[in-house]
Amino acid sequence: MDLLAGLEPPITSDFAPLTALEGSFCAGMRLEPALKMLAQAGWSLPEGLALGSQPWLQSVVDGLCEISSRDALTGLSNRRLFEAAIGREVDRVARIGEPALLLMVDIDHFKKVNDTHGHAAGDVVIQSVAASLQDCVRPMDTVARIGGEEFAIILPNCPPAFGQTVAERVRHKVATSPVVVIGGQQLSITISIGGAFAPQWVRSSASLWCERADQQLYRAKTEGRNRTCLEMPPLTVVSAEEKSLLFAGFAQSDFIADSGPIDFVPKTTE
Amino acid sequence: MSSPTSTPETSKPAATPRLARTLAVTSGKGGVGKTFVSANLAAALARQGLRVLVLDADLGLANLDVVLNLYPKITLHDVFTGKAQLEEAILPAPGGFSVLLAGSGLVEYSRLTPEVRDQLQHIIETVSPRFDVLIIDTGAGISDVVLYAVSLAHEIIVVATPEPTSMTDAYATIKVLSSQQSRESLHLVVNQVSRAGEGRAICTQLQTVVDRFVQGPNGVVPKLHFLGEVPTDPAVRQAIQKRQLLMELMPGSPAAQGIVQIATKLTPR
Repeated sequence: MDLLAGLEPPITSDFAPLTALEGSFCAGMRLEPALKMLAQAGWSLPEGLALGSQPWLQSVVDGLCEISSRDALTGLSNRRLFEAAIGREVDRVARIGEPALLLMVDIDHFKKVNDTHGHAAGDVVIQSVAASLQDCVRPMDTVARIGGEEFAIILPNCPPAFGQTVAERVRHKVATSPVVVIGGQQLSITISIGGAFAPQWVRSSASLWCERADQQLYRAKTEGRNRTCLEMPPLTVVSAEEKSLLFAGFAQSDFIADSGPIDFVPKTTE
Repeated sequence: MSSPTSTPETSKPAATPRLARTLAVTSGKGGVGKTFVSANLAAALARQGLRVLVLDADLGLANLDVVLNLYPKITLHDVFTGKAQLEEAILPAPGGFSVLLAGSGLVEYSRLTPEVRDQLQHIIETVSPRFDVLIIDTGAGISDVVLYAVSLAHEIIVVATPEPTSMTDAYATIKVLSSQQSRESLHLVVNQVSRAGEGRAICTQLQTVVDRFVQGPNGVVPKLHFLGEVPTDPAVRQAIQKRQLLMELMPGSPAAQGIVQIATKLTPR
C-alpha cells in the first residue's frame, strides 16, 4: 500500500493536518512527518486498511517503532534496540541460567577502506558485512550495528562448547565474502571478534557483559586481527601449573601420613 | 509481648520479617564431611539460640537423613510433586534445629530443570523469614544443580580435607564460583586435620594459588576466609556409626570443639 496514495494534493506543509483524513479517526492529526519518514525508509503498511482508521494508525505507529529500532544503513537492529535486547537477556540468564554469548565485531582496517576508496565504498562494506553477520545466525539472535564499523551479536541459549564454532563461522563468512564496491573493484574484508558469556544465575549488568566482550575484541585486534577471541568459559580443569603451586611447600611425606584411609579403631572417650 | 520468657514461635513481633543468613556448604569432592559439617554446625548454631534450618540440596544422592537417622514420610520430593505442603516437610532434628530433607526419589530432580530451579528458589524465599540461619547442604561436584543451589546463598562455606584430591577440587570449586558467580569471598573449613594449624596452612596455600590464577569477571580475586578446622577424631566415626550428631553424642570431643569454634567465628560477639 503506497503510503502517500490518497493523500493528494501532494503534501506541502509538514504541519498542516491532511484534508484526506477529515472525518476519520485521525482527523486533525499531523501525521505527514511520520508518513514521510516511513515512506523514505521504504516501509509499507498492510493492505486493506481504511485510510485514517484506528487499525491504519496502529500500523503507522508500528512502522515508526520498527524503523526507530533499525539501523538506517544496514537494516540491522540499532543501538537502541540492542540495549533493550541485552538488558532483557541479562535478566533472562539470571533467572533461567541458560548460557548466552555476546559477540563484539569490528571491521579490520575500516579507516583505510574509507580513505582509499571513499565513504560510499565504506558504506557498501558495512552493508555487506551486516548481511554476512545476519546470514550466519539463528532468527532468535540479535545482530546490531552499535557504532560506525562496530557490530554486536547476542546469542541466547548458546552453550559454551559451541561459542568458538559460532564465532569462527561468522568470521569465516565475512573473510570469504569479497565486497564489490562502486567501480566494480573487489575488496577483501576481515573482521575481529571478541566474545564473552553472561554469568549464569547471577544478576549482572549489561555494561559489565559488554565490557568483557570488548576486552576480548581488543585482544583479537592486538593479536593481529581477522580472528576470534572468546573469554574462556569457567574452567573446572585445574592445570598442572596450578596443582604444583597448590602442593608446593607440602612435603610428599605429609600427604602419605595425612591422607591414609580413615580407618580408626574406635576408642571410647565417653 | 509482655511475657519475659522466650517462646520463640509466638513472641516474635510479625512487623519486621528479617531474612535468614543463607550459607551454602559445598566441597567439590564428595566424602570430605560436607553433610557432617552442615548438620553439626547447625546444632552448634542452634545452641547459641539461633533458629537454624538445614536444607538438603543434594537432590540426587541425599544423605542428611542417614546422618540424622531421620526417615520422614514427607520429604522435599513430596513438596516438589505437590503431594505435600512445604510446612509439612520441615522437621525438627535432634540437634535443636530444623531440616528439610530431600528424601529418596529425587534422583529425577538431580538435573537442573526450570522446575527444580523454581522450587528451590521458592522454598528458600518461603522459609527465609522464619529462621536466623539457613544452611544449604549441596551435593558433591560442581554440577549445575550444585552451582544453582550455591547461587541462592549469601555466603559459601567450602569444606576441604588435607588430601591433594580434596584440595584440588576445593580449588576448582573456588575458581568456578569466582568466574561464574563473581564471588568475592568464601569461607573455608578444613576437616580431618591431623595437627593443629594444618587448616590455616591449607587456606594460605589455596589463597596463594587463587591469587595467582583466579580472577572473577569483575576483576576481583576472591578472598578465602578461614573459618576453622576439625581434627581427625575417632569420636566422629563413632557418632556416624551410631547415627547421631557428634554435637549431641560427644560435645566435648576435639572434633565437636572444632565445630563450636567455627560456629563462634561465624557469629561473632
